[in-house]
Amino acid sequence: MKNYLLSPKFMRSALPGVSLAILLMAIFYTQPRAMSYFGLNLMLQYTVPIALATIAQMFILTVNDLDLSIGPFVGLTACIGATLLQTDPVFGVMALLACIAAYAGLGALIHWRNLPSIVVTLGMSFVWLGIAVLILPTPGGTAPAWIKAIMGFKVTFQLFGYNVVPPFPVFAAAIIAIVVHLGLMRSSYGVVLRGAGGNPRAISRAGWSMLKIKMTMFALAGLFGVLAGLSLIGLTSAADAHIADRYTLYSIAGVILGGGEFVGGRVSPAGAVIGAMTLTLAGSFLIFLRISPDWQVGAQGGILILVLALRALINWREAR
Amino acid sequence: MTGNLAGILRKLGDKPWIWSYLGMILIWLATVTYTMGQGGGSIISAALSFATFTVIVGIGQMFVITTGPGNVDLSIPATIALSGAICMKVMDGSNAMLPVGVLIALGTGIAVGAFNYMLIRVLRIPPIIATLSASFLILSTAIAYGRGLKIKPPPLLADFTTMKIAGIPLLAVFIIVFAILASILLNRTLYGRSVLAIGQNMRAAWLAGINVERIRYATYTLSAILAGFCGLLLAGFSGGASLDMGSEYLLASIAVVVIGGTSVAGGKSNIPGIWGASLFMFLLVTMLNTFGASAGIRLIMTGLIIVAVITVAGGDKQQR
Repeated sequence: MKNYLLSPKFMRSALPGVSLAILLMAIFYTQPRAMSYFGLNLMLQYTVPIALATIAQMFILTVNDLDLSIGPFVGLTACIGATLLQTDPVFGVMALLACIAAYAGLGALIHWRNLPSIVVTLGMSFVWLGIAVLILPTPGGTAPAWIKAIMGFKVTFQLFGYNVVPPFPVFAAAIIAIVVHLGLMRSSYGVVLRGAGGNPRAISRAGWSMLKIKMTMFALAGLFGVLAGLSLIGLTSAADAHIADRYTLYSIAGVILGGGEFVGGRVSPAGAVIGAMTLTLAGSFLIFLRISPDWQVGAQGGILILVLALRALINWREAR
Repeated sequence: MTGNLAGILRKLGDKPWIWSYLGMILIWLATVTYTMGQGGGSIISAALSFATFTVIVGIGQMFVITTGPGNVDLSIPATIALSGAICMKVMDGSNAMLPVGVLIALGTGIAVGAFNYMLIRVLRIPPIIATLSASFLILSTAIAYGRGLKIKPPPLLADFTTMKIAGIPLLAVFIIVFAILASILLNRTLYGRSVLAIGQNMRAAWLAGINVERIRYATYTLSAILAGFCGLLLAGFSGGASLDMGSEYLLASIAVVVIGGTSVAGGKSNIPGIWGASLFMFLLVTMLNTFGASAGIRLIMTGLIIVAVITVAGGDKQQR
C-alpha cells in the first residue's frame, strides 16, 4: 500500500487533486470565512465557463494540436448569446451551430493541408474577435433569462436525512467531468480518438478516418466553447468581445495542471476540470493574501511553473 | 530568350519569400489606385518605420521556430515591455545614460533567455508553456517596476529612431543591414548551420556532434535579446515606454515568420521574407484603413489572410 502510494504513477495522477486540496486549505487558513456555501459559490463562480473552455482545449490537445483562439471564440459565442440568441432565438441557435461547424471545418483544413494548428488558430483568433466586434461593438447585450436561471440553479438533495446543498459550480464541474470522462475515457470510440493522438498512423492503418477524427474533436471543442460562452453570460448577464481573451491561457494551463500532456493523446477530463478549479481559486487566494494586483498575473505563472516542476520531479524519480 | 525568362520566373517562384513581396506590391498598388496616387510615397515611408520593429522580433522568433516543431517564444511581448520600462526609468531622459540603456536592453534579454531556457531544460516544460509562464512573471515585473511610468526617452534616442533621410527612416536602413548580417549568421556560420540541422532532425544533429542544448540556449537568448532591443527602440520611437506596447508583437512575430516562407516544422528559414511579410502586414492594415473598413472587418481580414497564406503555402511533414 505504502509502495503504491509512493509510486510515481500514483503521485502523478494525484498531483492535480493534491494541488487543489493544498490551495483550498491555504485559502481556508488565511480566510476562514471563505469556508461557507456563499464563500465557495463566490470564489468558484467562474469555474464553470473556465472548465468548459479547458475541456474544449483538451479535445484539441488530444489530437496533438493546440488552439490559441479558444478565448476569442468563447467571447464571440458570449456576444452571440447576449444579442442574437436573446432577440431572435432561432437565428441565434443557427449562428451558434455555424460556429461549431466552423470549428469542424478548421479541423478538416488542418488535417487536409497538414497545417500547424498554432498558426491557423492564431489567425482565426482575429477572425472570431472581428466578428464579435461587428456583432457587439460596445460592451452590453442581455443574457437570455433561461441561461441565467440555469447558472443560478440551487441543487439540493437528501443525504442521511440532511438537506445537502453543494455549491452550484462544484456540482456543475462534477457533471462536466463525469460526462466527458465517460465519453472520452470509457467509450470505445473515445479510445480511438485518444489513440489518434498517441499514434495517428496506427489508427489510420486500422481503418479509421483521421479526417473524421480531427473533425469530431474540433467540433467537440467548438461545442464546449459555445457552452463556455453561454455559461459565462449566464454569470455576467452582459457580454463584450474581449470578455474571454484570457481564456486561451487559462484553458492551456488548466489542461496541463490537470495532468494532460502536449502530445500523445495523454489527457484527463477530471484532471482538466480540477486544473480549471485550481486556476480560479488561485486568483481568490492571491487576493486573500493581499498580494498587490501588479503581481497577480505573475503569481499565476509562478503556480503553473511550481506544479510543472513537481511533475518533472516525479518523472525524474521514475526515470531513475 | 523566352525560355530564359520562364527559367528566371520559375527560379523566383521557388523562392518562398517572393510571395510576400508580390502581395506587398499588389496591396500598395490597390491603395494608391484608391487614393488616385495620393500619398503613395509616405505610405511606403511609414511602412518602413513600423515594419522595422516587427522585423527585429521576427528575426529572433524565426531562429527559435527554426529549431524545430514546438519551439516558439511567447515571452516576446512581455520582454519588450520590461526592457522598455527599465531602460526609460534608468536613462531618465538623459543622453549620457544611453550606453547604459543599451546594456540594460542586452541584460534584460540575456536574463529572460536564460530563465526561459532553464524552464525548458531543467523542468522539461514544453517551450510554449515555458515561455508563456515566464511571460506572466516578466510582465508582472514590468508592471510592478513601471507603475505610472511617464518618462520621455533621451532626445538622442528619440531622434535616432524617428530620423528620416529623404523619406527613408534611418532605423530601417540599420535593420536592413542587420537582416543581411542575420542572414549570414544563419547560412554561413557554424551556429546558423547547427540551428538548421537541429530543426531538420534533432537526433541526427546530436549524433553529428552538435551541442544541441547549447545551440537551443543561444537561440532562446538571441530571441530575448532582440525583444529587449525592440523594447528600447520602440520606447524611443513612441516617446516613452508603455506596458502594452509589446502586445501586438505576439501574433505579428509569428505571422511574419510564417508568411515570410519559414517552415513552422523547423529546419528551413527565410530572412528576406521577414521584411517582405512585415511590410505586407503593415500595408494590409493601411489599405483596409484607406478603404474605410471598420475595426471588425480589419480584424477579420487580417486573420483570414494569415490563414489563407498558410493554407496556400501548405504544411510540411511534421506538425507543431
